[in-house]
Amino acid sequence: MSGIPHDHYEPKTGAEKWLHKRLPVVGLLYDTLMIPTPKNLNWWWIWGIVLAYCLVHMIVTGIVLVMHYTPHVDMAFASIEHIMRDVRGGHMIRYLHMNGASLFFFAVYIHIFRGLFYGSYKAPREVTWIVGMLIFLLMMATGFMGYVLPWGQMSFWGATVITGLFGAIPWIGEPIQTWLLGGPAVDNATLNRFFSLHYLLPFVIAALVIVHIWAFHTTGNNNPTGVDVRKTSKEEAEKDTLPFWPYFVIKDLFALALILAIFWAIVGFMPNFLGHPDNYIEANPLVTPSHIVPEWYFLPFYAILRAFTADVWVVMFANWISFGVIDAKFFGVLAMFGAIIVMVLVPWLDTSRVRSGRFRPMFKWWFYLLVIDFVVLMWAGAMPAEPPYSTISLIGATYWFAYFLVILPILGIIEKPTAAPATIEEDFEAHYGTKATPAE
Amino acid sequence: MIKKLSIIALTALALSTGGAMAAGGEGHVHDTAFSFEGPFGKFDQNQLQRGLQIYTEVCSACHGLRYVPLRALGDPGGPELAEDQVRAYAAQTFTVYDPELDEDVPAKPVDHFPMSGDPNAPDLSLMAKARAGFHGPYGTGLNQLFRGMGGPEYIVSILTGYTGEEKEEAGTTYYENTAFPGGWIAMAPPLYGEDVEFADGHSNELHHEAEDIASFLMWTAEPKMMARKQAGFIGVLMLTLLTVLLYLTNKAIWAPHKHKEDHTS
Repeated sequence: MSGIPHDHYEPKTGAEKWLHKRLPVVGLLYDTLMIPTPKNLNWWWIWGIVLAYCLVHMIVTGIVLVMHYTPHVDMAFASIEHIMRDVRGGHMIRYLHMNGASLFFFAVYIHIFRGLFYGSYKAPREVTWIVGMLIFLLMMATGFMGYVLPWGQMSFWGATVITGLFGAIPWIGEPIQTWLLGGPAVDNATLNRFFSLHYLLPFVIAALVIVHIWAFHTTGNNNPTGVDVRKTSKEEAEKDTLPFWPYFVIKDLFALALILAIFWAIVGFMPNFLGHPDNYIEANPLVTPSHIVPEWYFLPFYAILRAFTADVWVVMFANWISFGVIDAKFFGVLAMFGAIIVMVLVPWLDTSRVRSGRFRPMFKWWFYLLVIDFVVLMWAGAMPAEPPYSTISLIGATYWFAYFLVILPILGIIEKPTAAPATIEEDFEAHYGTKATPAE
Repeated sequence: MIKKLSIIALTALALSTGGAMAAGGEGHVHDTAFSFEGPFGKFDQNQLQRGLQIYTEVCSACHGLRYVPLRALGDPGGPELAEDQVRAYAAQTFTVYDPELDEDVPAKPVDHFPMSGDPNAPDLSLMAKARAGFHGPYGTGLNQLFRGMGGPEYIVSILTGYTGEEKEEAGTTYYENTAFPGGWIAMAPPLYGEDVEFADGHSNELHHEAEDIASFLMWTAEPKMMARKQAGFIGVLMLTLLTVLLYLTNKAIWAPHKHKEDHTS
């Protein structure tokens, strides 16, 4: 599978040979597990395994929840309480699923920012990156629809606000919104289709995860130096890499266990910290909550959505030049989706040929600022849409776009990168000593 | 250098999440020390029973507990009434409609507490989780990380927050309350102190009564809290142990490849 030269599976016993001729599944597993992996991977590379775990965690707990949940506007909320009170272990399964979504998004954001810092999106890994972005989009859709299922106040009003965004599209918006909801407003039809899709999409994600892994197993992993693994001979490649099993499996599992210990503490001791109290009130179409706030993992993009109000000059300009077709609401929707699209396009927006941010003295600081920007946007997204928060959101949103559309293209031209080590082996030995003094 | 990132990443969660709850809390909620707070906190059985008595004698006149089955009163981690006590409490306190007999019959443990009798009175089953105190600072939600979500504290603050001022608007009387968002609540002060007589001789001052009912409502909202904390404790313990074992395994398998560590150790 991999372009890095390494040993392949050789069936030895008669039974192995028999199976291998008919279905080389053992060989596939062997090659996947034994893939040569750059030995200098640091701790930022553990989140892939955490994410794989999260997907399994969500699917398993989700399937159990479905056994007891009723997707009907009159019964959904009560069926959640039934799970919390009457189903054996139901309260734990439900809290594991609910907080599992937070762990999933926490992990995916670190995973994405790791890719952004170390240039994991750059050639030849563009396809890995784009598939990853598709997974991220599907995660957001799945997370959003899952949050509607308990049919609490935030479920209902969150669904109303977010599906309302489609209504902002000129001319065709309202028919699309009605088609999405299955009626003029969020109701039983909406709940049922969200339930159906919430069950379906994770399996689509699982399929894309396989493609994601396939893609980077073809190119090989990136690494903290961004320097390529030497591929001319197996001997050279082995100086730069170690097989995934056992070195990285055990390392990743160690990190996963530590993260799960913290996760388990949150589930056990403060399972509602990440949630919104209003979702313990049954959905009521007649009572609007004073502040409709999405889950924390949507807040940065929610802030971008709300940042572009009618009094911002770009919005006024867009409105004028489009003869009023693009109003502030539609502009906000475009900005929100645009914020993700610029991430998808980053392999071509970043003009620097140096992958790792480690060797890009200017890029580094702009990147740190982007991380801070993301956190600030997250915070601003939770605050009411009024000054000074709206101004902060606008500045944050502007920086987000400036980073991808202006700073990255320019940096690649004006920046003088520092010297990267010639090989991964060199980087590894700089940290851990050379083989000149063998152990013992 | 990238360590800065980890700090940012870790605080990102805490910073943003609670922010979601930042909005709307104009009222003042003061902290109350409950027995069930923290990872090791437990419900005080006697307090839950006193709370049940207050609910039965005062709150139930208007408010329901529709999601709570009466049998839960005998479950572990709750008020833990004896089986015959649950039966007697159900039969003597509530009636349910029996469609076969076409009449109201005494409630049984399998029945739930009734729904709210007054359509304007919200159901209290989940009230302790549907409200929160301790927002902030600056919308970050960090307070809730250290002091808890503040649901039961909100209930105590409401019950003890009446100033005695009243006003009438469009035929409805509103009562000034320091904890209620907006400052004026439609519910008349339900407790004044000495509203109930406790069999165990516990103080029935207003703030004691308020704490007892808040504690009881925390239990109705989260009846499996003690089981959950126990599962949490066992889970954290097992995973910590697993972490240590995997750490040692990882160190051992990497040792032949990391030569510097051989020199220093």
